[in-house]
Amino acid sequence: MKKFFSRFYIAIIFVFLYAPIATLIVLSFNKSKTRAKWGGFTTKWYVELFENEIIMEALSNTLWLALLSALIATVIGTAACIAINQMNKAWRTFFMGVTNIPMLNADIVTGISLMLLYLSFGMSFGFSTILLAHITFNIPYVILSVMPKMKQISKHTYEAALDLGAGPVYAFFKVVFPDLLPGIFTGFLMAFTMSLDDFIITHFTKGPGVDTLSTKIYTEVKKGIKPEMYALSTIIFVVVLVLLLIINKSPAKKDKGQKRI
Amino acid sequence: MKSKRSLLAGPYLFWSVAFIIIPLVMVFYYGFIDENGAFTLENIAAIASPEHSKALWVSIRLSFVSTIICFVLAYPLAMILANMSVNQNQFIVLVFILPMWMNFLLRTLAWQTLLEKNGVINMILNFFSLPSLNIINTEAAIILGMVYNFLPFMVLPIYNSLARMDRDVINAAHDLGANWIQTFCRIIFPLSIPGVVSGVTMVFVPALTTFVISAILGGSKILLIGNVIEQEFTQASNWNLGSGLSIVLMIFIILSMIISAILDKDGEGALL
Amino acid sequence: MKKTKLIAMIALMAALAVSATGCGKEKGAENGEVIVYNWGEYLDPATLDMFEEETGIKVIYDEYETNEIMYPKVESGTSNYDVLCPSDYMIEKLLENDLLAEINFDNVPNKGNIGDQYYEQAKAFDPENKYTVPYCFGTVGILYNKTMVDEPIDSWDVLWDEKYAGNILMQDSVRDAFMVSLKRLGYSMNSLDTAQLEEARDELIKQKPLTQAYVVDQVRDKMIGDEAAIGVIYSGEAIYTQRENENLEYVIPKEGSNVWIDCWVIPKASKNKENAEAFINFMCRPDIALMNFDYITYSTPNDAARELIEDEAIRNSEIAFPDLSQYENMETFKYLGSEGDEIYNEYWKQVKSAD
Repeated sequence: MKKFFSRFYIAIIFVFLYAPIATLIVLSFNKSKTRAKWGGFTTKWYVELFENEIIMEALSNTLWLALLSALIATVIGTAACIAINQMNKAWRTFFMGVTNIPMLNADIVTGISLMLLYLSFGMSFGFSTILLAHITFNIPYVILSVMPKMKQISKHTYEAALDLGAGPVYAFFKVVFPDLLPGIFTGFLMAFTMSLDDFIITHFTKGPGVDTLSTKIYTEVKKGIKPEMYALSTIIFVVVLVLLLIINKSPAKKDKGQKRI
Repeated sequence: MKSKRSLLAGPYLFWSVAFIIIPLVMVFYYGFIDENGAFTLENIAAIASPEHSKALWVSIRLSFVSTIICFVLAYPLAMILANMSVNQNQFIVLVFILPMWMNFLLRTLAWQTLLEKNGVINMILNFFSLPSLNIINTEAAIILGMVYNFLPFMVLPIYNSLARMDRDVINAAHDLGANWIQTFCRIIFPLSIPGVVSGVTMVFVPALTTFVISAILGGSKILLIGNVIEQEFTQASNWNLGSGLSIVLMIFIILSMIISAILDKDGEGALL
Repeated sequence: MKKTKLIAMIALMAALAVSATGCGKEKGAENGEVIVYNWGEYLDPATLDMFEEETGIKVIYDEYETNEIMYPKVESGTSNYDVLCPSDYMIEKLLENDLLAEINFDNVPNKGNIGDQYYEQAKAFDPENKYTVPYCFGTVGILYNKTMVDEPIDSWDVLWDEKYAGNILMQDSVRDAFMVSLKRLGYSMNSLDTAQLEEARDELIKQKPLTQAYVVDQVRDKMIGDEAAIGVIYSGEAIYTQRENENLEYVIPKEGSNVWIDCWVIPKASKNKENAEAFINFMCRPDIALMNFDYITYSTPNDAARELIEDEAIRNSEIAFPDLSQYENMETFKYLGSEGDEIYNEYWKQVKSAD
């Protein structure tokens, strides 16, 4: 009985979360150019999508931004975690406080503050300004994912490795780093996703001609979204879903074994 | 050795000063000057004007309601997820992040298609001869949009704090004769507070400051403080006023930081 | 382990997608570039490719939704745009603030394709026709759904009619909204008279509960989808919506309305002025203007292009090419100065925050 209720509840939340996504998928097969009318089934938008240079460029910008910003944020964030973990309380509070600012601050304020910074330093707006902004809001996600793992790691193994003659760098990569990896990956994934999904901060830090999918869509919201956009989102969604399914299926058992240790 | 390790925080220190702290200082600078560069408090005081204070009040009200709805929906969900077997729940948690791969604006826009007068939901309701649902372009639609977009931010931290909980403590409580409600009130809930706190801030702050959801689902009829700030910057090009109002917004953010610092001392309520 | 693989695969996918889209992008850069800042969906993207191919000038293309969004970007100089396409009153504002460069018309031989009457119209804000080349023009009127409205519509008053409560779409921009209200009251849409403006504002506040939403271009989708009965719309959009939903009818109200014109201009900060002129010239070519007209359905001032329109009904369409002498009280927006702007913005904010 209880199980039934849990399942039922999860199902409802699922419908809530995925109803709009189903709508978008359906719209991607709509022959009519406007979302207000069903004009019959077609797959032509999927063909036209790949011929649409503007969308393709926005896609490439979006992916590059997500990839680069997540990578750089992961490196900076992980390094910072290692350092912060052994600092005294005051410094630690300072760093964690600073980390919380972009997390808690309104996106609109973060976006505007960065725009004002770029303006006053006379930087020209473009890909690099967006990238800097994305790294900035991504680092906290990495830190907040790695930090808990860092706390779980016992200092003694690392010290033991040192006692046994390993150099600090070697000891770190052999002993500490493997335990951090899951946190680092989660952080990277979160950063990647956040960068992908961001609109507001990009909106304020972008320059002419550099569009991400988000900013492209925002200009289209007013004019009516081009059906190619629906097609693209559907493809992205399906690809990620398939990846998730594959990954969840294959090495699951091994993973369980590792967890117990 | 220790000082060497501290150097690893160098890049982050530089980064946070350059791209977090200095930009915020700039917002404060712009917020406290007028268009001729003279010091003024007018931009801050502008929040008291009827339009601005109303927009702020509506924003607070809507985001408060959405936060509560998110919490009520998310807590049972997080408990169910946390009680599932390890390998199932990892998948399900990822499924909550999956919608984020579909663009945020498109997802919100899809709700327009769903909620409209001749939208999908009303078509279904009409088919069963049920009364139609007319919430598009109202506050209810905005709340729905907020709950929809920010629900994962509530589920994940609560789920994490629940999943991290030591089963033995709960079992011990049961062994000592506590019933389910007692266990929940005295053990489970108090231990999950860090997760709840970070969930609440992760929902409340973006909901308080959004300008996109109100524009898309509110038909631009309802002015939120986020809309006011956005318009000051992008349309009226009154950056001083926009910055001044941003500073007011930041007060709320600082407040929520303080509250979360008090309730969540170890900063454990991380998102993941 | 699980996540490792996930990340690896996502990264791989991303890299693949990036490399797939990244190549072949560099073409046409040999003659420099031109940065165009235009209205969203305001030309046929195919014409950009043709321009790049024919001239070897790379186009960097950016879009804005309203004149008001465009202006601060040009003023603050964050981006050095080469070509803009603002409306009448915004051109006046740009000129007043000395932000535009004179066009060297020797580089724009196709300017003759544009009808004289449109240059005449442009003199309102560019008295010597030194800075502008008309690109699109039109009127603002009421679009209504014949199946939902059974009376003849000829007045802005219908937007205040309680019969249509919840079925009215208003424009979500300061000047357009106030235009409707001021015209309805019989005032000039460029009024700076506080009493008139207050009256117009109060009327808009009165109207607010009746409106379904304030929209910009979403009016298009909503009217096509039978979401609303009546909407304030630009004539160019009206042609498109009629194509998609034959129950829609467009009318210019008897109290008068806005006749607007959007022109190509070159900002002073432009670094590629000659390329900008080449671009404007290209856009004035009849075949290109026709392509754009077909794509965006906004009226083209390009007489040579109009000749090429095959469908006679459209070539002589009263909506696309209205005979303005028939209508009374048609006006064009004027720039009202920064103080005027401030009053309008302030009042508009009051309308938007009203219940």
